[in-house]
Amino acid sequence: MTENSPNRGLPKSLGPLARREEHLAWALLLPTLCAVALVVILPLMAIFWISFKPIELADLRAPVPIVKEDLRGALQTIGDEAVLRYRLRNSSQSEFIRDVTLRDKWPDGLEALSLDSRCTISSWNLVCALGDWNGGHREKIQITVKARKEFVFENSLKSSAPIMTGDATSILTNFEFTTKNFVRIFDAAEFFNVLWVTFFYTIFGTIGALLVGLFAALLLNKSFKGQSVLRGLYLFPYVAPVIAVAFAWILLFDPFSGSANSLLLQMGVTQQAINFFGERPLALIMVTVFEIWRYFPLSFLFILARMQSIDLNMYEAADMDGASPFQKFWYLSMPQLMGILSVLFLLRFIWTFNKFDDIFLLTGGNAGTRTLTVNVYEQAFAMSNIGAGAAVAVLIFCCLLIFSIFFLKFFSREEGL
Amino acid sequence: MNSLRFGFVTGPLLGGAWMFIVTLSIAVTMSFATGQAFAPDLGRSLIWGAVTGFALVLRHNQLILGGLVLSIFALSLLPYGPLNIGSDVVLISTSIAGLLVALSHALPLYFILLGLQFGALNRHEFETAIIRMLMGFGYVFFTAIVLIPFYVMVMTSLKSQSELLQNPLDFSLDLSKGWGLLRSYHELFTDFNFGEYLWTSFYISVLTVLITLAFSIPGAYSVARLRFRGRSTFSRSILLIYMVPMIVLALPIYIAFSKIGLRNSITGIVLIYPVTTIPVALYMLQGYFRALPSEVEEAGLMDGLNRLAVIWKITLPLSLPAIASVSLYVFMIAWNEFLLAFMLLDDPSKFTLTRGIASLNSSEIPRQHLMAGSVIATLPIMVLFLGIERFMTKGLTAGSVKG
Repeated sequence: MTENSPNRGLPKSLGPLARREEHLAWALLLPTLCAVALVVILPLMAIFWISFKPIELADLRAPVPIVKEDLRGALQTIGDEAVLRYRLRNSSQSEFIRDVTLRDKWPDGLEALSLDSRCTISSWNLVCALGDWNGGHREKIQITVKARKEFVFENSLKSSAPIMTGDATSILTNFEFTTKNFVRIFDAAEFFNVLWVTFFYTIFGTIGALLVGLFAALLLNKSFKGQSVLRGLYLFPYVAPVIAVAFAWILLFDPFSGSANSLLLQMGVTQQAINFFGERPLALIMVTVFEIWRYFPLSFLFILARMQSIDLNMYEAADMDGASPFQKFWYLSMPQLMGILSVLFLLRFIWTFNKFDDIFLLTGGNAGTRTLTVNVYEQAFAMSNIGAGAAVAVLIFCCLLIFSIFFLKFFSREEGL
Repeated sequence: MNSLRFGFVTGPLLGGAWMFIVTLSIAVTMSFATGQAFAPDLGRSLIWGAVTGFALVLRHNQLILGGLVLSIFALSLLPYGPLNIGSDVVLISTSIAGLLVALSHALPLYFILLGLQFGALNRHEFETAIIRMLMGFGYVFFTAIVLIPFYVMVMTSLKSQSELLQNPLDFSLDLSKGWGLLRSYHELFTDFNFGEYLWTSFYISVLTVLITLAFSIPGAYSVARLRFRGRSTFSRSILLIYMVPMIVLALPIYIAFSKIGLRNSITGIVLIYPVTTIPVALYMLQGYFRALPSEVEEAGLMDGLNRLAVIWKITLPLSLPAIASVSLYVFMIAWNEFLLAFMLLDDPSKFTLTRGIASLNSSEIPRQHLMAGSVIATLPIMVLFLGIERFMTKGLTAGSVKG
């Protein structure tokens, strides 16, 4: 602070007004902060946790005791006898359940002639303490009952379902850790292939969308009739649901009944149908082209907005100096557009890197198009190895952290944030 | 480059190139419209294009133009035109194709070569002509790449499986079927529950918009207007959160939702969608709020309103257009969302539209159903978008580069 600064001599602490403003600000931000913490920060921590866990898709369902209740014999009139059966089993073949109990409502007017030693009946409640169960445990509890009253099984016994409880430790919450997941994803021969595909897709997808968007913006950077119609039209690929356009592309490029193939055949470009989304390396090129097609509207929109704010006097001056159209574009427009182009490049780079839906829908990650994000899904769901999927997700997150640091450095300069 | 800068070189070159672009587009258009054999002939289109280019550089007047249109049309019928037309194509299609080629070649070329002399050209004239041709190419190119997938989508949904397999190019409609053309749509609504999916998607999207606004308006206001420690850190972290990929979060969310029983429930979806959109909305809205003149709000404060009343009575009414465009954008994200719906919903009675379409992607269900489903999902968002395009364009540029 210099000597002449107006803030000189002001108290360091906040005044009451400023403090109230600060409190209000945090109060207004609180709901958002909570929501973000719950759905972004917490899952991010969870994914780090899971990535060190030997966990498979099947482990997500914690083992539970399962019961089926039925009655053998009929209880039609007073004095009828029958056998009430509870068939019990452990839902898991391998996991252990502690302190299993069975509870059921005991109907009024029903007498138990023989009762399992582990069970008690008191105040119309049946409680059985069944102890610990190993994986794959099965048993039956049979109770011979006698009707004391007019008693209809369907109404009284079936109306209350038996409740089973038991403690099972879940792999998610215990302290068993492993680095197997990371070893597994780094070890696989395909890992470097995945990495290469990811960067090919990201870099060419981003640059392609930028260049095509720049071209489209140049086309529409003049007012003519129908300009706004064309502008709306060129945004279609971005606005339409990805699932709709992805399936339209699949259909269009289908090797057997696709229009693109029959067009190429008819024009004599190719002699036999091309499997656009099923062959290496064509599939990778196709998904990149799809990415460019779907996202050029976005860069086009931003570049156009920037172009329309360029001062026209500059071009008049250039005209006076006899600059040719290409010179005007290269030496006048381009430097003005460099800012938005680089911001777009960085943002799109990160977003293309994160892209999952497009490739997943087009090829499912087959034919050499498996990127890191698709690999998360493949590992976690197709191969049922949640831990390995989480490990890939952690890797993605680390890459993004690096990009973001770079990005923030650049962006704060560019946007003055 | 310098050797090209003569009218008698540039003209034929541009003419040839333009003719090839035109012929290719007309061949594709005619093939898609009729399913019959149309193909551009590279050699002939370059030659005829060059000839017309030369003629127009030699004498640039309307008489020549008329003559060129007629002669290209005549050549197409003979058939020595730039198009290779199959022998089984009926005369009327041939003539339409010929006329289209003649007109869409000669008329634009007339403008492309406007002001080009026969002899040496200066750099300005030369580049202007090139740029005009590139622009023409651009309009054709972009319109084609955008329209073709949507055209295929709509037309496929109106045809039957066997028709499609017979000739994948034949998109001509049998109008005699009348309402029968919409059979796939009818079946989707009656047998595949699409009416319900449409409604589910709609109310999930509306709820998402409402919840997002409820969270992001106060948040954005406080980031934009109020002074507090950590403000700049906060506005940066919004950007960072914006960048966490959904697939990374989807895995823990899937596990957590399985555990607490929110998987396979609309409640779960409504809880999770807004969180994906709040950072976007917050970022867009804070930009708008910053741009509002703060003097108006200060006047309100002087007159005895408290901050919340200022937001409610002054800021919100002033930023209604901004809120409209943010709402639209959020609606679009929620409507188009696929990944979470796909992972979290298994029960067909709770599907959103995108999840419903994904369930149509099986070999037992004919392709036209899949496309009809896609059209059903695309149409509302397109109508909404075209109707309020101006808002949307502003909203998109305001702060979102999210994909």
